[in-house]
Amino acid sequence: MTKTVTDVICPFCGTLCDDLEVVVSDDGKQLLEVYNACVIGTEKFLHSQAKDRVTRPRLRQADGTWKEISYDEAADYTAQMLAKAKKPLMYGWSSTNCEAQSVGNEIAEISRACCDNTAAVCHGTTLIAVQDIGLPTCTLGEVKNRADRVIFWGCNPAHAHPRHMSRYSIFPRGFFTGKGQMSRKLIVIDPRVTDTAKMADVHLQIEQGKDYELLNALRVALKGEWLPDVVAGIPKEKIREAADMMKSGRFGIIFFGMGVTQSIGKNHNIDEAIAVTKDLNEYTKFSIMPMRGHYNVTGSGEVFAWQFGFPYSVDLTRGFARYNPGDTSSIDLLNRGEVDAMFTIGSDPGAHFPISAVKHIANVPSVCIDPHLTPTSGVSKLHVPVAFNGVETGGNCYRMDNVPIDCRKVVEPPAGMLTDEQFLVMVRDRLKKLKGAA
Amino acid sequence: MAKEITVNLISGRTIQQGVAIEGGKEKPLYRTACGIIEMDNEDLKKLGAWKSTNVRVTSDHGSVIVKAIEATQGPHPGVAFIPMGPWANSVVDPNTYSTGMPTFKGTPVKIEVAINEPILLGIELVQKQCGVKVG
Amino acid sequence: MSEYIIKNGHVFDPVQGIKGDKKDIAIKDGKIVDKVGSGAKVIDASGKTVMAGAVEIHAHIAGPKVNLGRIYRPEDKLFSCTPTKGMERMGGGASIPTTFKTGYEYAKMGYTTAMEAAMPPMFSRHVHEEIRDTPIIDEGAFPVFGNNWFVLEYLKNHEIENTAAYIAWMLRVTKGYAVKVVNPGGTEAWAWGLNCLSVNDPVPYFDITPAEIVKGLIEANEYLGLPHSMHIHPNNLGNPGCYQTTLDTLALAKGMKANNKFGRETVMHLTHSQFHSYKGTNWGDFESGAKEITDYVNQNKNITIDTGNVTLDETTTMTADGPFEHHLTGLNNLKWANCDVELETAAGVVPYIYSPNISVCAIQWAIGMEIPLMMKDPMRCYITTDHPNAGPFTRYPRVIKWLMSKKARDTQINAFKHKDKVLSQTSIGSIDKELSLYELAQMTRAGPARTLGLANMCGGLKPGMDADVAVYNFNPDKPVANPDDIETAFSRCAYTFKSGVEVVRNGEIVNNGHKRTLWVNVKVNDNPQVMRDINEKFIKYYSMTQNNYEALGHHFVPNPYALEVDATHV
Repeated sequence: MTKTVTDVICPFCGTLCDDLEVVVSDDGKQLLEVYNACVIGTEKFLHSQAKDRVTRPRLRQADGTWKEISYDEAADYTAQMLAKAKKPLMYGWSSTNCEAQSVGNEIAEISRACCDNTAAVCHGTTLIAVQDIGLPTCTLGEVKNRADRVIFWGCNPAHAHPRHMSRYSIFPRGFFTGKGQMSRKLIVIDPRVTDTAKMADVHLQIEQGKDYELLNALRVALKGEWLPDVVAGIPKEKIREAADMMKSGRFGIIFFGMGVTQSIGKNHNIDEAIAVTKDLNEYTKFSIMPMRGHYNVTGSGEVFAWQFGFPYSVDLTRGFARYNPGDTSSIDLLNRGEVDAMFTIGSDPGAHFPISAVKHIANVPSVCIDPHLTPTSGVSKLHVPVAFNGVETGGNCYRMDNVPIDCRKVVEPPAGMLTDEQFLVMVRDRLKKLKGAA
Repeated sequence: MAKEITVNLISGRTIQQGVAIEGGKEKPLYRTACGIIEMDNEDLKKLGAWKSTNVRVTSDHGSVIVKAIEATQGPHPGVAFIPMGPWANSVVDPNTYSTGMPTFKGTPVKIEVAINEPILLGIELVQKQCGVKVG
Repeated sequence: MSEYIIKNGHVFDPVQGIKGDKKDIAIKDGKIVDKVGSGAKVIDASGKTVMAGAVEIHAHIAGPKVNLGRIYRPEDKLFSCTPTKGMERMGGGASIPTTFKTGYEYAKMGYTTAMEAAMPPMFSRHVHEEIRDTPIIDEGAFPVFGNNWFVLEYLKNHEIENTAAYIAWMLRVTKGYAVKVVNPGGTEAWAWGLNCLSVNDPVPYFDITPAEIVKGLIEANEYLGLPHSMHIHPNNLGNPGCYQTTLDTLALAKGMKANNKFGRETVMHLTHSQFHSYKGTNWGDFESGAKEITDYVNQNKNITIDTGNVTLDETTTMTADGPFEHHLTGLNNLKWANCDVELETAAGVVPYIYSPNISVCAIQWAIGMEIPLMMKDPMRCYITTDHPNAGPFTRYPRVIKWLMSKKARDTQINAFKHKDKVLSQTSIGSIDKELSLYELAQMTRAGPARTLGLANMCGGLKPGMDADVAVYNFNPDKPVANPDDIETAFSRCAYTFKSGVEVVRNGEIVNNGHKRTLWVNVKVNDNPQVMRDINEKFIKYYSMTQNNYEALGHHFVPNPYALEVDATHV
């Protein structure tokens, strides 16, 4: 016999789909089938069942081999590493739940660490822009129920957020959008003819790195002022067409991604995108939303913010929280060689940081807490495998529109494996003793 | 004849990359999904390379061997795409210009045919560049 | 649990009518008791003022818009960070402090209970996570109902019973405390970029007026017999001339009677009344409508208000009144954040600088002073700053100084750049009244506790009540040499007790207490229609499933305290 767990939350991307159905064995130990998920989400659930999974902590030996150790020993090692370090970096947090993040923040506070999440290489520049000029946004259900103008700027949900378009943004029939896709005009801005762009009513194939110019031109077009013949590779007629299309809607939304946040201009690109949104509210209703990547990067920012006051790149080394991206941000800390211990959880900087930063991780004492084998675990001194959050343990997570959704546990982790939170509690308690903290 | 061309490199997600990272970054599938560079047909011609040829991608920040394939989401002449991962990150511009964000998109790179060079597995590639001793 | 006896303090307790008499307060097992054994720890309160722990009836201290404020205002942390210290986690933020700092600051000022004034139901899990991380103080949160599609649809047909059943469901799944209404209808209109500026402006598509929403929600509130009355932020906030809309809104409570077992006698709570008491037609002839509003409230005993005092600080405004924040960013050109929430509500956030050099800000300050000084019944008017909208809650001691000392008010008035305008557009110059400590205890303790339906639990020092006690270094026998001494005394308690635990000593946190989440659990008769409607809306229009909607579990509400209401008899 098997049983079906419904309303399961997918712990992959910021779309945080919560309508999955997962079939498990009667004893709850085996995960058999996954329904409603995209191909990536399905893989995530099924891979948890891999027979070759590492289930115990491993410490790198002098000869380069791994030696299996107990969780107790791993917690000792981690606590001692953090206690000794002057400027440890505790990075990641985006693929774990808010409860683990909370315990992590306690650890960071005691060890006076720098703490950062994957916004550092994702929507960090968005956060800087929001701090510059704000953010008119909405929940995804508003898009589903009302939006008749949808803009994807520098993002490719067909690949990165596969169910976004069917659940929220293009296809669903909502309260005021009964005709689904027919109710909506779709504009895509991307230097490639992406699979998302192929569906667009208007695709502006922008010259890469010219987002600021095109956004600025759109603002000009909205106001009906003079434009040069071509901006960012786009003829002015096409810019005016897009501007008119945006203006004539009743409820519009701009979704944007790494194409804007990681290209030259960085936060200034987002400033301008938000300014476009703000301008459009003089004519109609418009919102803008970052397409957050990890399923709980948003939650990490929320927990950092309510506990420390800042959403990422927080430096606690002075005993209180400081924030100054460029100075306190992971990439810069690593590239400047300031970090003397690296703690990674729920993320893979080894794969997703520029190699110059990864080289520094390999040079310092390091712990990687991750259910997978990754380039980060590959360069770390200690690898602590844990239960898959959202599969083998529950916990709160935040969708890209900041809506919190409590993940579900659907199967038991392999015998004897700990969750992120359980392991972090062990580290915290040891660290408190080492540091004599209250 | 060793030709080389210069293109503008961007990186980003693909659905194959997503599946591969969840399927295991130690597996060859990860290399298949991300150890590639998507190039416009025009650029492949300029380079004088057949589809599915190993190429060396070099920037001011590093160098990496990947497989050149025809753009799946093109045309985009002058722009090349490596899915996000350690291959792309071996060459991207790490400069954050004080924003905390490296310049993952828009790194000028040189591409040359390297037909006999092997493409490393993801973890192996990073370990090798970091000089990690593995047993 | 430890026993305490607080000896020889000057006790002010409106619940028992004690007006500064020297009296001992005994604490045992978390409650106020008649007497304790000889082993009880003695707290010497001679020469000090003793009151019940204060009750915050309206503040924005937990949840998505508060955190959006924290996220998008790093500048708010400049010079306001506090390091890890003993019991205390590190903190930061002036107008939007981190959760830990929020709990500590309230406790240090003698506040032991606080209400988060606007919880977007879909974000209740977020609100509760922040409440969990706010130490010491008991907290409840008010879900917003005034723009909710279910409410709009039911009340369009005046379906009170269905509305009530829906409210009961919502309070249970969000662990909510009361019925909050913000710009009724106007925020739904804002989803299309529109607004409802009077009680008769129809809501787009839903074809209902704000007046019908407000009346219907009062009726539903009393049908259920909830502890708190309907709590309203009316339409047309913050505009010159808005006092008329406020009077129209207040008139909707005419003839309505409270029905509950909690000792609450009122049916409508008008919040941050300062923002709703403006006369004039533009910012040039802007003037106070405090007299008109307080006259009406003085005469109509089924209404309570809180003040919303402007504290003349740089702060962060945040409200579910989405269109208002859009209007505000147009006025001050500071960064605008907004979030529309499907089927339910919206919120906006804009920083604001209440400058004493700007006449409008100075007049707002004066109106905030006039209202509590003009109210005849201090049990129906409560001091708030609508934190952080009119100023941070940490300024309560300063507001208290101004209200207790005409001299302090005059000093402030003389410091205004446009003093003459303040005096001509308001009557603050002619008000000599100074608040007594007894009235202060009414406005910050007994009054709000009664209106929240917590009169048997907190806000007083009667044996049997929770042992929430604040001891201030303030000797009522001595004349006040300098008004600033009032502010100093109320800033940091000599002692604060929360549920019998000594949490503050000499202004420092000594215990993180056993914080509770207050919520209201209403039993209603089965209502298949409402359950079917809820089910349908989740399937068709929400972006999440119904089974994932509830705030359930230890990580959201680790220490719940439910007020039970049985509405099955009706």
